[in-house]
Parts: sequence; structure tokens; C-alpha cells
Amino acid sequence: MHRIPRSCLGGLVPQVMTADDLDRAIRRISHEIVERHHGTEGIVLVGIHSRGVPLAEQIAGAIESFEAVKVPVGELDIGLYRDDLASRPTTRLGRTLIPVDLSGETVVLVDDVLYTGRTIRSALDAVLDLGRPKRVELAVMCDRGHRELPIRPDYVGKNLPTSEDQKVKVRIKGIDEEAGVWISDGDGSDA
Amino acid sequence: MRDLLSVDDLDRAAIEDLLDLGDDFVEVLGRDVPKVPALRGKTIGLMFYEPSTRTRLSFDRAAKALSADVLTFTVGGSSVSKGESLKDTALTLKAMGPHLMVVRHRATGAPWRVRDWTALPVVNAGDGAHQHPTQALLDLLTLRRHFGKVDGLRVAIVGDIRHSRVARSLAGSLQTMGSSVTLVAPSTLLPIHVESWEVDTAGGIDQVLGEVDVVYLLRIQTERGGGEVFPSVAEYVSRFGLTRRRADLLPADSVVMHPGPMNRGVEIDPQVADGPRALVTHQVSNGIAVRMAVLFRLLTSEVPE
Amino acid sequence: MRYLITGGSVLTESGPEDVDVEFVDGSVTRLEAGIQPDEHQVIDATDSWVGPGFFDLHTHLREPGQEWKEDIASGMAAAIAGGFTSVVAMPNTDPVIDAGHLARQITRHEPIRVIPSGAVTLGQEGTQLAHLDDLWAAGVRLFTDDGYTVADAGLLRRAMEYVAQLGGLVAQHAEDPGLCRNGHMHEGSVSSRLGITGLPAAGEEVIIARDLKLVELTGCRYHIQHASTAATVELIRSAKHAGLPVTAEVTPHHLMLDHREVESMDPVYKMYPPLRTPDDVDALRAALVDGTIDAVGTDHAPHAAFEKDVTFEEAPRGIVGLETAASIVRAAVELDQTSFFERMAIAPGGVLGEAAGPIVVGSSDLVVFDPEAEWTFDRPRSKSANSPWLNQRLKGTVTQVFTRSGLVSTDEEGES
Ligand SMILES: [Zn+2]
Repeated sequence: MHRIPRSCLGGLVPQVMTADDLDRAIRRISHEIVERHHGTEGIVLVGIHSRGVPLAEQIAGAIESFEAVKVPVGELDIGLYRDDLASRPTTRLGRTLIPVDLSGETVVLVDDVLYTGRTIRSALDAVLDLGRPKRVELAVMCDRGHRELPIRPDYVGKNLPTSEDQKVKVRIKGIDEEAGVWISDGDGSDA
Repeated sequence: MRDLLSVDDLDRAAIEDLLDLGDDFVEVLGRDVPKVPALRGKTIGLMFYEPSTRTRLSFDRAAKALSADVLTFTVGGSSVSKGESLKDTALTLKAMGPHLMVVRHRATGAPWRVRDWTALPVVNAGDGAHQHPTQALLDLLTLRRHFGKVDGLRVAIVGDIRHSRVARSLAGSLQTMGSSVTLVAPSTLLPIHVESWEVDTAGGIDQVLGEVDVVYLLRIQTERGGGEVFPSVAEYVSRFGLTRRRADLLPADSVVMHPGPMNRGVEIDPQVADGPRALVTHQVSNGIAVRMAVLFRLLTSEVPE
Repeated sequence: MRYLITGGSVLTESGPEDVDVEFVDGSVTRLEAGIQPDEHQVIDATDSWVGPGFFDLHTHLREPGQEWKEDIASGMAAAIAGGFTSVVAMPNTDPVIDAGHLARQITRHEPIRVIPSGAVTLGQEGTQLAHLDDLWAAGVRLFTDDGYTVADAGLLRRAMEYVAQLGGLVAQHAEDPGLCRNGHMHEGSVSSRLGITGLPAAGEEVIIARDLKLVELTGCRYHIQHASTAATVELIRSAKHAGLPVTAEVTPHHLMLDHREVESMDPVYKMYPPLRTPDDVDALRAALVDGTIDAVGTDHAPHAAFEKDVTFEEAPRGIVGLETAASIVRAAVELDQTSFFERMAIAPGGVLGEAAGPIVVGSSDLVVFDPEAEWTFDRPRSKSANSPWLNQRLKGTVTQVFTRSGLVSTDEEGES
């Protein structure tokens, strides 16, 4: 087993979603959100740093394209809510910016990969400290299983059964050079 | 970073990092629930050997906003001599399980001693007339948030610099950040061997008014004005007080700072203290944010030693 | 017991000579080349210097009153380990040695000599003369308020007049109380950065300059304790040039260390006078070499570990010095054998009017010192270990010490 250098991504490593697959999944999730809530009223998309933020923006963009409504998008850094701060030193904290009062709204948390569920647990704490939404839902691009907490997503781009020592890499249009999803052998942590 | 003892231990990148984090915590403190669980399960010992309510409250607030528990040990000025030694107190407090100690003491070097005795991370909350690094950081954060940068600012520090840990920390860190510093005081309140500080000095506030971005006033201990180090408070004010007339001569976008507590009517005119140039209340609130940054950094970083 | 010291370079009246020394019943009995062993315990002193036992003008033995720091027995053991056969005990004990019966209590003749000094003023309070006659009768020759300065010039003048008539000398710890108030370290760039109130060099110099005028006025013999600044050296030089009866000592640590050590804020570097600048260190070294400064005085100042386990400003002043003095002087200053014993033994004895001199038949106090051998200062004989050289490797080892009591050193001191 060996670590695959970042520069080899897309070359030696199996790609499981292409940029087009990602776009389709984003459009599907956008439709599901609107369908489930019979519109966009009261919905706030909150992306989790770092790749949940552009995903949330792309979902909002997709909704706008077919509903002609701009859904508010917030961004959330859960650095201060992690339960492993002591063992995983932080660098700079990301920005936390919630453009609207969350009270009574439906928050859709957006992240790239759902794995143990600890990030989402931290995000739930963070959101609840920021306001009192009526309801919180979860949208993820990839669900790779191996949950350690009772958390399940409401919207999934793709279910990706993986082993614990594999890595799932999601690369997003806007912040990465090439968009797509790859699975590689690694130490099990997602980057 | 394991301890924060002196600004001399912080290079420019380390200061910028703490100021960046400080900005983040300013945002946290502005939330509806200005509290995050980052240091849940951590305990912070506050050892305060000097009556210094503001600094202690600020650390206490910073710790609690990060969900840390606080153990506080305070001693009034005079009862210290009767009590147990600093070392015994430090070891006693350590036995109660803190993960970090914040130390304020009237003697230079006390936080270093506590670090050596306890092997805990230590934050210097003011030692003697030596260092007060979190005060310097909060001042830098206040300046950076106001001006957008610290580099290139022209700062006059006015008052009892010789006996001031605030001045020592601030002057040192401003130099690190590329600001230019002028010390303004009567000779008896300038540091001994001021030439070794490599800063400009001035013997009157009027000499600097026209060309500063920041006037940083230090508290004058009026009891020193009984002829001990300067002839009288009135004479001090005549040469060094920031009066309204003098404040009017400052460049339009310059600011006035003071670490508090202020002697209104001595080093600063009451109306200037409450006026639009004064950043004093920002200094206080930024103090909490910057102390959060320091505690967070020290308690969430693996120590690569 | 009969001892034969062979192979060493012995400081005799005609300088260093390669002769053997027979030491029997507490004194040197023969001094010549090629003595054949005859029921002697033979001591091989090859590569070593043999000379008069070191003489310390400045030792704090802490007895009576502060025996947790040191007592006379432990102080003597430390002295022997350092090669000293005579030490002058400073009077700042509790009670202060300001009367004859107190001086007699601390006097010792064996295994080494403890010579009491007496206070200049009652209780070292600087207001009334101590019992100077009574002290003199008890054998006190050197009067000092060491630890404090006799600040009142009028009082010091009277003390000098009185002591001059007795035939003794006044020694001064020079620290102007006004200039040095609340000071904890040398006033300079380091104190400026640390925000610690300093003791300016001028605080020492103004007292010495003033006292030299009083020496002119009274004719009293005057000894400058622990000279620490370059300007003090100049004052001594010109006073000697003018023929004033002035002597001076310097501590090993002032020859070796400067105020930059205090950047560590470690209380082991707190002493009075404080560690000065590198320029001062250079001037002191040169002055010891050229004889402007007559003698080394250790200012051995024991303090218990708990007393130094505080902040710098709260710590008591001083370091232990007896056991490391010879090594530190050797490391700090280039001295040949003759000059080394002159500064460590003969001149300090002379300050006190003792007939200390080179080894002759009849000499009792003798030290064997290997100037090149290394040792580690890891087992202080002193009760206290407040030394910057604790656990450090030092060059210059005291191997044997003889006095009227015979061989008094224990030989575990050497290689460890
Ligand atoms: Zn002294």
C-alpha cells in the first residue's frame, strides 16, 4: 500500500465521477431539494469549508437556473467545533458567513464527502449556535459509508462503497484545476 | 508555538497568524452565541499576582468563549509576602490539572519560572516592567483592523515608558511588523540606555503631533509626580498631555490608543478619550479575540519538540 | 604522618623550582631535589603547581544564624576543596559580628584558618561605630559592613581614623544607596530590555572615589571589595600611583561572566556587585594581571536552593565560589605560577598583614594544583549549590591541601 502523490491524480487513480457526472448530480440534488420543499421558500444552503462552499454555490446556481430564485448561501467553518483539535492542529480558520437569520428556516448543509459523520456533527453544533433553524438537512456529493455517528444524508450525489484505507477525493470546478471524484489507496482520511 | 512569553519570540509571520486568528474570533464574538466548543475539556489556570481586573477578566472571557474551564488564583498586592512561594503556588495549581497557565506577576521573568517549574505551556499576562505580549497583540490587531495594515505606521508611544511592560512589548512588536516608533517622555521616564532600543525619541508631544498615525498614551502613575521622577503632574501635562488643542493638530486620519485604565485630564483630555479618534473600546474587545487566538493556538497545536 | 611531594613545580623564594617537599607533623621539613622516600606517603605532583594555600579575603560562612545555607564546618570543607587554607569570614551573620565575643566564636585554626572580620557599624546599620577595640582584641584586622555600604561619609571617616590608629584596615562594599535603590542587575542594555531596575556602574564608582578622599584624609588602609567596573580599576590605579594605602580584590565571577547572562533571568546570575559589561570584564582581567587589583576574593555567598527558586528580582544575591575559584581564575586570566599564587594566596594574606609567602621550610599551608587537569563540579562540599558552574567541566584541579593539621583534603575531588 502506498500513498499516491497529488500530482498523479486522474492518471493512475480510478476516477469514479467526471466533471459532467458532478454537474448532473448537482442538478439532480437541486431538483430534489426544490421538490421536497415545494419550492425554495425558507431554504438556506450552508456550505461546509472548504469544498462544501463551492458545491453549495453551484447548487444555488442550478436552482436559480430553473426556478429563477436566488437561494441564500452561507459558509461554515467547523474548525472550532471539531472534536479532534488537539491531535489535528489547525491552520487558518475558514470564514463563517451566514447572510440571513436562520431562525425558522430550513438549512441544507452541503459537503463534498460524508464519511464518519463527525464533521457533520460539528457542523450541526455550529449551525445551532448561529441560530435556531426549523429544520436541518444534509446534502453530500459522495457518501462513502463507515459512519461512526447516527447521521444520514438527505441528498446524495453518489454512493461510493469504499474500504477504510481508501481515500476519496472530490475536486470542484472553481477551486480545483480539474473537477471530478477519484478513489485512491491511502491512509483512510479524506482530503 | 508552546508558550507566549515575549514578543521577541514572535516573528512577523507568527504575529500575522495570531492576528488572522484574532480576526476570526472577532467574528465569533459577534455571533448570537458568542461561544464555540473548541477548547471543551481544557482547563486554563490564571495566576494573577497583581490586582489587574481587566486583563484577568479578558483572559477569563476568552477562555470561556472557547468553552475552556478556568481555575483562578489571585493575590492582592500586599498579602503575597505572607503566603507561600510562587513555586509552591504554581505546583499546587498544577496539581489541579490545568493544561495551560496564564501568569501575571510584578517581577520580571516570573512566567518563565512558572514554565520551568510546571512544564506547562505558559502565557505571560504581564511580568514586571518587562513584557505583556497579549497587550501588544491586541494593539496590533486593533491597528490592523483600523488601518488594514501595521507596516509603515508611524506610532508615538507617550508616557512612562521606563516602567512599562506595555511599551516594551508594543515597541518591539511594532518594529517586527515594520512600523516606526517614537518614544515620547521626559528623560526620567524614557528607558535607561534608550539608544539600545533603536527607536526615535522626543522630549515633548508637540514635536510629533503633525506626523503620526497613532498616538499611544501610557498611564502616568501620578504618585511618581511628587517630585520623584518628574516635578509635578501639571508640568507633565504641559509637555506631554494629549489636550484637545493638541489632538486638533493630529493628522486627520490618525488615532489615539491607551491600554487603560486612563487618567482623564492627565495623559489624555476627557473629550479626546471619548472622541472619534479613540480606539480604546476596540482595544478592549479585540483583547478578548486575540487572547482567544493565543489560547486556541497553544492548546490545539501539537508540540513538535 | 610523613609526606613526600615529588615531581611538582614548587613556588619557592627563588620562584618555581622542581624540588621535592617533605611535609611532617604539620609543616615543611625539607625542600630539595631528590629526596628519597623513607616511610613517606608519596604524592606524585608531576605537572602540578605546589604553592602556598589559597587565602580568601571574602567568604560568607553564614554561621551564626543562617546555618541552612552554610556553617563553619561545611564552609571549611568547601574551602579545602577549593585549595583555600585561610578564609576571612564576613561579618553579616545573624547576629552581626560587631563585638569581640562574636568574633571569637567563629575563629578557627584547624583544619584551616577561619579569620573573622568585624562590622564597621553596630549591627551593620550604618549609624554607630561597632565595638572596634573589642573586635581588634579578638583578632579582627579587617572591618567591613559588607553586604551594605557605609554610606555616611562622616561616620566612615571616624571609623577610618579609629581603625588606622589600631593598625587595621577598612574594606568597603561600594554601592551608593541612592543610585542603586531597588537595583537588581547591572544598569545597561540588558536591564533596559528586561525592565529590571539597574545598579549603575557609577553607584560603585562614586563611593570609591569619595572613600579615596577619606583615605587621603585619615591615612587609613583601605580595601576595595569585589571591584567590578573599568572605572573602579582606574580609580585604584591612580590611588596607588598617588601612594595611597589601597588594595583591591576581584571575584572569579566578575572575571568570567558579564551581564548578558542575565538575559536568561536565572537567579543564579544575581550578585552584588552585578555582572557588568564585557568591557568591564576585560579591564578587571588586565588589572589582575598587572597587579592593579591585588587579590582574588571569592565572595562565596551560599544560598539554599529554595531561596534561589524564585524570580530574579526576589532572589537573594550571590553565588558560592570557594570550590571553583582557582579553576575560574585559571580560565579567565593568563597567569604564570608565580602570579597565580601571588593573587590567590600571597597578596590576599598580605592585605591582612599575614606573612603569607612562597613555600619555605616551616611552611604549613600548602596546596597542590594541577593547572591542566579537568574535573566536574558536581558534588559541592558547601551546603549550597548556587553556582553557574554546577555540573560543569572545569580545568584546573586542586589535588591536595596541607595545613598544620596535615593532609586535609580528601582525594575524591579529582577525576570522577
Ligand atoms: Zn559585598
